[in-house]
Amino acid sequence: MTMMTYRDALRQALIDQMKADDNVIIMGEEVGRYGGAYGVTKDLITMFGETRVLDTPISEAGIVGAAIGAAMTGLRPVAELMYVDFIGMTMDQLGNQAAKIRYMFGGQIGVPMVLRTQGGTGRSAGAQHSQSLEGYIMHTPGLRLAMPATVSDAYHLLRQAMAQPDPVVFIEHKGLYTLKQDVDLTREPPAWGEANVLRHGADLVIVTYSRQVHFALEAAPKLAATGIEATVIDLRTLNPLDFETIRPFVEQTGRAMVVTESVLTAGVAAELTARISEECFDFLHEPVIRVAGEDIPISVSPKLEAASVPTPALIEKIARKMFQ
Amino acid sequence: MNSARTDDQEFSGTNSNLFALYRTMCRIRSFEERVGELFVRGQSAGSMLHLSIGEESAAAGVCAAMEPKDTFTTHHRGHGIFLARGADPARMMAEIGGKEAGYCHGKGGSMHIADMGLGHLGANAIVGGGIPAVVGAGLSALHKKTGAVSVAFFGDGATGQGVLYESMNMAALWKLPVLFCCINNQYGMGTRIDQATANPVLHERAAAFGLNAQTVDGLDVETVAETAQTMIDDARKGIPGFLVVDCYRFYGHARKDKSPYRDSNEEETGRQKDPIAFARNLLIESKISNDAELNSLDVDISAEMDATIDFTMGQTEPPLTSMFRDVYAPDQPEPEPLQTRLSRVLSRELPANGGH
Repeated sequence: MTMMTYRDALRQALIDQMKADDNVIIMGEEVGRYGGAYGVTKDLITMFGETRVLDTPISEAGIVGAAIGAAMTGLRPVAELMYVDFIGMTMDQLGNQAAKIRYMFGGQIGVPMVLRTQGGTGRSAGAQHSQSLEGYIMHTPGLRLAMPATVSDAYHLLRQAMAQPDPVVFIEHKGLYTLKQDVDLTREPPAWGEANVLRHGADLVIVTYSRQVHFALEAAPKLAATGIEATVIDLRTLNPLDFETIRPFVEQTGRAMVVTESVLTAGVAAELTARISEECFDFLHEPVIRVAGEDIPISVSPKLEAASVPTPALIEKIARKMFQ
Repeated sequence: MNSARTDDQEFSGTNSNLFALYRTMCRIRSFEERVGELFVRGQSAGSMLHLSIGEESAAAGVCAAMEPKDTFTTHHRGHGIFLARGADPARMMAEIGGKEAGYCHGKGGSMHIADMGLGHLGANAIVGGGIPAVVGAGLSALHKKTGAVSVAFFGDGATGQGVLYESMNMAALWKLPVLFCCINNQYGMGTRIDQATANPVLHERAAAFGLNAQTVDGLDVETVAETAQTMIDDARKGIPGFLVVDCYRFYGHARKDKSPYRDSNEEETGRQKDPIAFARNLLIESKISNDAELNSLDVDISAEMDATIDFTMGQTEPPLTSMFRDVYAPDQPEPEPLQTRLSRVLSRELPANGGH
């Protein structure tokens, strides 16, 4: 076991995979000399050279488009989108090209690329640098989507993503880069696409991912103190979505809460809630409850920002209401 | 088939470059006329069909300069390019007809046809959408030292798209083995180039990026081919280029478009710029070939293309079971069909307590 940060685990995954596979290249804005806006690619340009770590112009559509062409001709590009908020700039390349190439071309070829990006609140970064836009990706068939919550997943999920035969959007959380945990870099990781049950409790299941996993885990002992034992499930990947891990816990507890930092309406929380309701209706004692980001842009004011997304206190408060 | 020749000159036509280019252009035009027919008969799968009649010299000339290892992307008007590259017209026609036997098993159609065997990284229904992929293919070629060049084919309409300039900049910055080939047919759908473009001298934009930029008259396929050869040779050495081929779109934007936005005089003049007629005259004038031989070639090509229609009409659509295939690679389960899921959900077993 090694104690390391989420940031260093991501960096280590890139290093190890670049050593294991000569075809892995990194490309993006500030990934080389600057070392990545959040430091994930620090010094990689020194280790692997300018041909494998490419500083690009500020051309998000071009970066993703070039990664697609590189992936179709034998490389395994890891493109970096500095903020997920910039994804609109890439949406044709990502949604119309990368996502559909395997299908449109009758299965002739896939696009084995990773788009690393980061999202979420927590740094007072304002409305265009703080969003949680995983719903855009989950809404697009053909794109795989991973969102690591733990340091172990930062390492193992990223390495797995770099070996996927299809495009993977890999969304890190900007509030987790300094998270420090023990990680076993050499262990066999859980299979790609499997959710992780981080806490077992017989009264309520909380389904979540990314930073909200930690918020749910923070709320859980406080709930336990009031007699409510919660199961906490970290989805790890949103596509594929591991519903079969969720199902037995919903059936057992009859109460499900979905927690996302992305906004409430027509989003990931809505989809998860609909699935649980459809699949487990007869087992539910309560409607499935969505605890999600408010349907508003994120403010730069730290106070408003923090109040815009779920917090451990909010999760605890709403969970308790589900039992009143 | 050469029995119609009356002179005693040793026949050299089929060995000449011009003859080969001419043949390619004739096959393209003949194919596209048949595709138009298929569309009118209601047998083409797409609701849109974009023909490149009048633009054949760009496809024939540039593809003749490419090597087998080279790759390319095309636009929504790309049948001619794929044919010039050596595509099987029967599988192309079948794809356009949405048939299982097509290049993409009927899932792509005219605007999403591709074939990795021929280096065709894909046609595109988004204007400019396929351009940045050649930047990536260029990076691959450098990284893997394959010596391959990647060519992006697109129309003048794509010069309005930002991703073109992002791609030109990256290609020039990294000295990639890439050629941008802009087939300037004067129209983006119904808007003439001067109505949408502040400076219609398109290669000047590319020159501003430091690209090797030229415009060539598409009337003369030999000039197109020679220019393309030089520019592709340069690209292979790390000097990326931007080649504009000037031509005229003989017909409307799509098969049913009667071009109400342009007058018939303009069309008549535009259609004088016919690379096939020009090449035919040149073949005869320079005694590379003669009328009889060229007529015989027409007959052969007609027969070949008629056969593609017959082939397509005999093909079946892909089975419904293929609908969920290839959304993801086979390591991931196919998406569960809606009706399967609902039957499962609605026939679920109730919990022991009977549920609600």
